[in-house]
Amino acid sequence: MNQSSVETVDVKAVNKKENRNLFEKREKIQPKRATGTFRRLKWIIMGITLAIYYVTPWIRWDRGAGAPDQAVLLDIEHRRFYFFFIEIWPQEVYYVTGILIVAAISLFLVTALFGRAWCGYSCPQTVWTDLFIFVERAVEGDRNARLKLDKAPMSVGKFSKRLVKHVIWIVIGLLTGGAWVFYFADAPTLLQDLLTADARPIAYSTIAVLTATTYTFGGFMREQVCTYMCPWPRIQGAMVDEETLTVTYHGNRGEPRGPHKKNESWEGRGHCIDCKQCVAVCPMGIDIRDGLQLECITCALCIDACDSVMDKIDLPRGLISYDTHEGSLEKAANKKLKVKFIRPRTLAYVGLLALVGGIMLYALLTRSVLDVNVIRDRNPLFVTLSDGHIRNGYTVKILNKIHETRRFVVTVEGLEGSEAWLQIEGPRHRQMIVPVPGDSLSSVKLFVSAPAEAVEDGSTDIVIVVKDLFNGETERQETSFKGPK
Amino acid sequence: MANIEKDEVSGVDTTGHEWDGIKELDTPMPRWWLWTFYATIVWAIGYWVLMPAWPLVSEHTKGMLGYSSRGNLEQELSAAEAAQADKVAALLATEITEVKDNADLYQFALAGGRSNFAVNCSQCHGSGAQGGPGFPNLNDDDWLWGGSIEQIYQTVQFGIRSDHEDTRIGNMPAFQTDEILERGQILDVAEYVLSLSQEGRDMDAAGRGKEVFAAECSSCHGDDAKGNTELGAPNLTDAIWFYGGDKDTIVRTISKGRANVMPAWTDRLDDAVIRQISLYVHSLGGGE
Repeated sequence: MNQSSVETVDVKAVNKKENRNLFEKREKIQPKRATGTFRRLKWIIMGITLAIYYVTPWIRWDRGAGAPDQAVLLDIEHRRFYFFFIEIWPQEVYYVTGILIVAAISLFLVTALFGRAWCGYSCPQTVWTDLFIFVERAVEGDRNARLKLDKAPMSVGKFSKRLVKHVIWIVIGLLTGGAWVFYFADAPTLLQDLLTADARPIAYSTIAVLTATTYTFGGFMREQVCTYMCPWPRIQGAMVDEETLTVTYHGNRGEPRGPHKKNESWEGRGHCIDCKQCVAVCPMGIDIRDGLQLECITCALCIDACDSVMDKIDLPRGLISYDTHEGSLEKAANKKLKVKFIRPRTLAYVGLLALVGGIMLYALLTRSVLDVNVIRDRNPLFVTLSDGHIRNGYTVKILNKIHETRRFVVTVEGLEGSEAWLQIEGPRHRQMIVPVPGDSLSSVKLFVSAPAEAVEDGSTDIVIVVKDLFNGETERQETSFKGPK
Repeated sequence: MANIEKDEVSGVDTTGHEWDGIKELDTPMPRWWLWTFYATIVWAIGYWVLMPAWPLVSEHTKGMLGYSSRGNLEQELSAAEAAQADKVAALLATEITEVKDNADLYQFALAGGRSNFAVNCSQCHGSGAQGGPGFPNLNDDDWLWGGSIEQIYQTVQFGIRSDHEDTRIGNMPAFQTDEILERGQILDVAEYVLSLSQEGRDMDAAGRGKEVFAAECSSCHGDDAKGNTELGAPNLTDAIWFYGGDKDTIVRTISKGRANVMPAWTDRLDDAVIRQISLYVHSLGGGE
């Protein structure tokens, strides 16, 4: 059993199908530290994603007086969503729908190309769990030390280690929840309010809830969130095909596996020395040598672990590697690996992405800064005047989406012999001009009267036109003019 | 008899019962469930202490926090009242004809008028103020007692034929019941009145009716039958009919008279509310 400088880890893949008894309590996974390319990549991505999360609310963006200068702000109180140069009102929530559609298709595309890259590298659950395990390792030591500590009876040393770990975890949780609320209010003001206990209760309760979820999800539930709570692994089942990159153990090269003594020949046996390093580093508690499985988030730490073992025993790297199912079959047939990134499926996703993205971009670029709504009075439906004319009332709502006052002129088209006036002006002074302050909605009452003969069959279509006096931007709203049948 | 065994896999006892070889595990309640349950019990006890909870014979336990939904409502109402106090004071201090010049105050008055109209006026005048036979439509430009803001304000304050001493009264006599006119004369007058706004009436009858009208009706309705808002006498030449514009209704109006009542609101509502309602009615489109 004397293996060349490679330690065989006594580890059980707790989420291996045979090991997972429904009646058994969950066994805590104590992942061993891995080093290598993918571990480094994961650190970098963790740094970037955490930086995005913490820095974004602090980016300033000048929108002029009276508007918030925060680049990304979900202003729920004033019902505005700011994203750099984009400003969205509640009725334009379809932009959010568009963003979600783009996000979903991007996820499908990435999955078709690289498998569960999202799960393995950038999912918040993965990033924060990684961070929590990092803290655990820094305080309590690596896998063996932690296992020993778990078994040891309670002592001052054990207690203080546990205490330090949990305090750091809670602080991370607090910082996580604390950063979240900055997306919903002016960050510098809110920070000051939070520190002086002047912020609203909702801010504190949001922080409390997110601290609690971060602490439990990252500290205790970890891989169970991915396996039992998240729908993505199930959806993934339908997304992965034989051309998808997944973390693959090349059984044709590795089997038959078995312990290997120094200077022993590799003839007639596989390259896997059954050192179980790949199992020990796995945060999901699986044995990748069982093949692709639901729990695998393709974090590639087993690749790092295996590669360092291969280096030690002077065998080529890549016994476990990113590969496609197809690719591993070809390798078995001693063919060259080629990953086909351009496939009907990926092309379809790219096409969809371009289409939806194009529509979104078009909608954003041609976004109107004027919105007009006309609501016809229904009670009463129409009024007969003393001279026999028919009068209808309309509420015209004019939405000015820029931050300056604009003046609009209201006219009525399509009704023979009609007269129109604004309630506020009265029938005698008909300027028909409505000033609308910046970033707000003005609602005016419009009266239109016409001879009874102008209304055929009780209803005639008319158009109410609202035109910006200064730049001529015009909105036309079709509505109807009702009269007696 | 019960034969309790220990299950090997789970380490849990069975219930000891067996049905066709099937045994049931006596698995305890999940701990999270139990703890949640205990927490709800603790919560309930705390609730009894702090909040109104137990019904007694004639009242109920008040709870230490002294919460009551009625108290909350009162608080909210007085808070709302306090929030509006400035505007109400401004409304009372401003001439009713000048409220319109202050856009903010005018918006406040219209909003308050709308809801107060719905509560106090819509029963007769309709929710859209469209009225009905015997109840005037407040949207149109035809006013029995005048459609200027001051006149509307006066009408809402003191009513028409109400029991208030400052009320305005105008009576349409019952020409047949009181035996002032003959049936035939009444039919002629009705024909005449209709001929003022319609073509193709019986002009012979209308001609006879015109004489009767000049003698009996013109004192209130005017020589040209265009009415008189001082007396609440309607304009008979336009397209709007208070009780209905068909001949039968007109004959009935002349024969039996009309005397509908608009209540006086000055003793029932605050002056500010009456001003709001008056401004709202004036804004409906027919205000002069």
